Amino acid sequence: MKLTVNGKLFAADPAPGDCLRIFLRELGMYGVKKGCDGGDCGACTVWVDKKPVHSCLYPAFRAEDKEITTIEGLATNGKLHPMQQAFLDAQSFQCGYCAAGMIMTSAALTEEQKKDLPHALKGNLCRCTGYQSIRDAFDGTKNVKLDKAGKSAGTSTPNPFAHDIVTGAARYTSDIEPPEGLLHMKVLRSPHAHARITSINKEKALAIPGVIAVYTWEDVPRRLYTTAIHEDNRVDPDDTYLLDNVARFVGQRIVAVVAESEGIAEAGVRAVEVDYEILPAVFDPEEAMMPGAPILHDLGGDSHIKDPKHNIFVDIHGEVGNVEQGFKEADAIYEETYFAPRQQHVHLETMQSIAWRSDDGRLHVRTSSQGPFIVKGRLCYLFGIQPSQLHVFTERVGGGFGGKQDMMSEDLPLFATMQIGRPVQWEFTREEQFIGATTRHPMKIQVKLGARNDGKLTAIQFRMVSNTGAYGNHGGETLANGMSGQWAMYKCPNKKGDGYAVYTNMQCGGGFRGYGTTQPCFAMESAMDELAHMLKLDPIEFRRKNVVQADDELVSVLSGFDDLTIGSYGLDQCIDAVEKALKSKRGLPKPKGDDWLEGSGMGISMLDCVPPTEQRSACEITLREDGTYHFTVGSVEIGNGLVTAQQQVVAQILGCSTSRVTFKNADTDETPYDSGTFASVGMMVPTKAVEYAARALQEKILAYAGRLTRKKPKDCRIEDDRVICGHKKIPLTELHAQSVRDGEELKAFRKAYGSPRTVAFMAYGARIAVHRVTGEIQVLHSIETVDTGTVVNPNQLRGQCIGGVIQGIGYTLQEKMVYNDQGAVINPTLRNYRIPAIADAPVTEVFFANTYDNIGPLGAKSVAENTINPVAPAIGNALRNATGVRFTSLPFTEDRIFARLNGQTVPEPVHPR
Amino acid sequence: MNLNTITELKRPSSADEVTAWKDGYAWLAGGTWLFSEPQVHTDTLIDLAGLKWQSLAVASDGGLEVAATCTIHDLCEFKPPKTWKAGALIGECCRSFLSSFKIWHEASIGGNIVMSLPAGPMISLTTALEGIYTLWPRNGEPRDVNAIDFVTGNHQNVLAKGELLRSIHLPASALGKRFAFRRASLTHLGRSGVLLIGTIDDAKKELIITITAATARPVQVRLCGAVTAIEVREAIEAAVPESLWFDDVHSSPAHRRHLSYHYAEEIRKELCA
Repeated sequence: MKLTVNGKLFAADPAPGDCLRIFLRELGMYGVKKGCDGGDCGACTVWVDKKPVHSCLYPAFRAEDKEITTIEGLATNGKLHPMQQAFLDAQSFQCGYCAAGMIMTSAALTEEQKKDLPHALKGNLCRCTGYQSIRDAFDGTKNVKLDKAGKSAGTSTPNPFAHDIVTGAARYTSDIEPPEGLLHMKVLRSPHAHARITSINKEKALAIPGVIAVYTWEDVPRRLYTTAIHEDNRVDPDDTYLLDNVARFVGQRIVAVVAESEGIAEAGVRAVEVDYEILPAVFDPEEAMMPGAPILHDLGGDSHIKDPKHNIFVDIHGEVGNVEQGFKEADAIYEETYFAPRQQHVHLETMQSIAWRSDDGRLHVRTSSQGPFIVKGRLCYLFGIQPSQLHVFTERVGGGFGGKQDMMSEDLPLFATMQIGRPVQWEFTREEQFIGATTRHPMKIQVKLGARNDGKLTAIQFRMVSNTGAYGNHGGETLANGMSGQWAMYKCPNKKGDGYAVYTNMQCGGGFRGYGTTQPCFAMESAMDELAHMLKLDPIEFRRKNVVQADDELVSVLSGFDDLTIGSYGLDQCIDAVEKALKSKRGLPKPKGDDWLEGSGMGISMLDCVPPTEQRSACEITLREDGTYHFTVGSVEIGNGLVTAQQQVVAQILGCSTSRVTFKNADTDETPYDSGTFASVGMMVPTKAVEYAARALQEKILAYAGRLTRKKPKDCRIEDDRVICGHKKIPLTELHAQSVRDGEELKAFRKAYGSPRTVAFMAYGARIAVHRVTGEIQVLHSIETVDTGTVVNPNQLRGQCIGGVIQGIGYTLQEKMVYNDQGAVINPTLRNYRIPAIADAPVTEVFFANTYDNIGPLGAKSVAENTINPVAPAIGNALRNATGVRFTSLPFTEDRIFARLNGQTVPEPVHPR
Repeated sequence: MNLNTITELKRPSSADEVTAWKDGYAWLAGGTWLFSEPQVHTDTLIDLAGLKWQSLAVASDGGLEVAATCTIHDLCEFKPPKTWKAGALIGECCRSFLSSFKIWHEASIGGNIVMSLPAGPMISLTTALEGIYTLWPRNGEPRDVNAIDFVTGNHQNVLAKGELLRSIHLPASALGKRFAFRRASLTHLGRSGVLLIGTIDDAKKELIITITAATARPVQVRLCGAVTAIEVREAIEAAVPESLWFDDVHSSPAHRRHLSYHYAEEIRKELCA
């Protein structure tokens, strides 16, 4: 058939069941993205005869003789469409993966539709921005500003990939022309929560024409490892095999099929016959710790599982002071059990990898990962590859949020490539993200607080039980992190904590923005609010009386981490700003009607800016022939704006504008080693390395220019494109040319470590309306205040904060993974697991505390994870304030809360899964 | 997504060309559901586009004749005559889709009805407006079914294998009634958890309350215009057995029951006052 795409005539014949999305990508239109492939997210939006459609739902054969417009064809004669320009000006994206579909939808709206964005954009999901910058595009707001030489930090410079993002030229993991001979992988996943595989019959699968290989546990190296990405892999248990003969959760990968096409691979998966011996399963971590519970792992000493007989991967206990004595001194004691459930990351780009062998025999993995260097090390270990023979890299990564801090899509394609010799691609479906990837760890938190009538805490005690699922990846580290910051933020002479990370036959928890702190923050901040009510104190004032101050020592129940200090302190400013905003008349008015109740609440949190375990990075920076700078760093850009900030730090130090700074990141061949981009380390470790390297290069340039001009380095300075030494001005191009002649290398390499560590603070406040009959909640006013030290890029930082708040609002008010009694997720689609759409995202005000950190680069510190933590308790406290009812488990969906608002006594359900 | 099990596409110009119905056949209208999930038991798509049914027409009784292949977009854009007091219900129901206007360009009215999900807004619309569906069996004469009797449960209906929903007739008498509309969703503009529509004639003789989304199949109660609050409640109690309140991730049965009573009473007050 013939069709026109972006003004160009094509002739190609799709298969009868092909959708337009994949057909267009086969024609090279990589701007047409896959977010869900089921019509829910809108990332694949294109126009068919000027009408916007979801191309994943559009039968390809119907495009015959039609005129198709994709993001690549939206600009005319090199001039951006006004909507592309508006998105560029407002920087209405972070990872940028949703932007193509968002723009194709926005550009097709009538003026009438633009007045009602909640309806007009309901078919487009964004997980990064919280939609505020997208609204800005419609308002014509220009959020970016070009920086002046030497004055980059503090300016909202644009994302260096912005133009590529709005034109569809940005390349995410699968956006490459398929390598010659590319094969596709699909995986059979376990239908059982706990089962032993008794036999696998591959024959029928292998008989299908086009099926190249079928791999089972008998075909792959049998080496225990962990999927979790950490520099120090001994913090995670070695409890996982590439493919195993025991299934420990519904969704565990059992068999991998490699074929000439995805369709054939799917047919191969359906044809594989597996016999299972069903084993008893346990889903609740408390039950899993009881004697007689099914045991998940019995691997002997090497796996370093604490108590395999009781399914305890790790337990942590600590006490400072004496809580028993502390409770005796208390005038009021509050005790309650809170439950914080699972949450899926829903990064719009699913996990995926492409592996191949180059002509020189080396192996390459192009992946969507937050830690390509650790992945490389793990792959070398698993397959016995010499490190010099393996290259792992990312290009653009379409969101992460911690979900890509596990090695889950790289290993099997690489193994297949090594076996077959041809390139192999494996792309998770959206369903696989829900059933086979990780989630936030569900945690039960029992909290007991005591305080005197004067409002001083006398004792803090908590017990946390975390469901790590079938494997221990991240189970221990999230637990440790959860037992740290939130409890150390409050001064109290007596603290005690007990924590357990427990195996069950559920899918695995993983890294997720907040990393084990979101859950206890919900419990602790709710408990502080309740205790204030008991003491008849204002909850905000009660917090002020008890939070750490700038000069205080941080006291956690964990011991041995004395490199954590308060490098800057803005908590007081955060609390003040939220309090003031809540008292203002800003935000929306309460809806009319007596059934609407109104209330407000606040939550605060503290983030340890770097994990206590090993975290390192390095940067190399060079002065180039054309007088510009190029730096290489191993960290990953996942929509966090990291490369933008790094570019700004270089420009700031070297006295130029970011237009003179180029870079390469996240590539084990071309950039220095980096532990990975997670745990909010982006600013604190890799950017620190960038800062050190830029300063070192500055010194070198000044020293060399000084030598050339017989001036002291202190009498020299770099100004944009030249060095000025006294009265002499040397263009950097000339300096470079001279350095070549002199054999002088104008480049610098520096390493950075994640120690000492600082802390960052955050406060979130919300005023809400609750309908006492229906249970509906509306967020009327949403405020986040952020203590993040120097603000390097205000617009990006605002975007991170709002994105975190809206992800938090999703966690608090709507997101819910539901399992059946066999341990299977029953809602593994975006239409049934609802992340916030624009209609669900209240306008959020963001304030920055005025602080300067004495540890982070240029006085800056972390922000990303902290943004989500205080949202749930703040809204819970507002709900309590409005209704008098305390809800102790999330999410606060109206079908769960209405009964108690109507005076019924319904026990708070605890969903231990 | 690609439906990789599809090996054949039929593009008939008349439904009569499709006689020997086989397992593995599927009628393709907009495709917005078919292409949203793997269809591993389907190998042949039969495209309805070639039948070229007229989307919308005025019926002989002055009501509306809607072809099953009419898109949501075309129905939503339709400007009902002023005499149809219930005309605005069309827009209300279109806006009750979880999906956006982009999907409406392709999705068909018939597709939504034959999917027979509790939250199907075209089921809400056509049952509340006392619609009559014309069905085309593969081998037999066309038959008419009252809309309210078509959906029999979650994802279940009276269609025989291969039977086509041809059109929906909305009678002028129903379109001329006043209406009241109530809807709840766990998220803003999300999938309906509860959708109630009340209609009443000018003489206020008969109040019809149609419950959809809250129940596994649509439920309709017909009451006299002078009905009391308690009578409305009792009528719903009698019509909806406890097991019929739908249970899924979009709301709990208890909440659906609670809101249905609540909205039914609001509708009674609004229409019968």
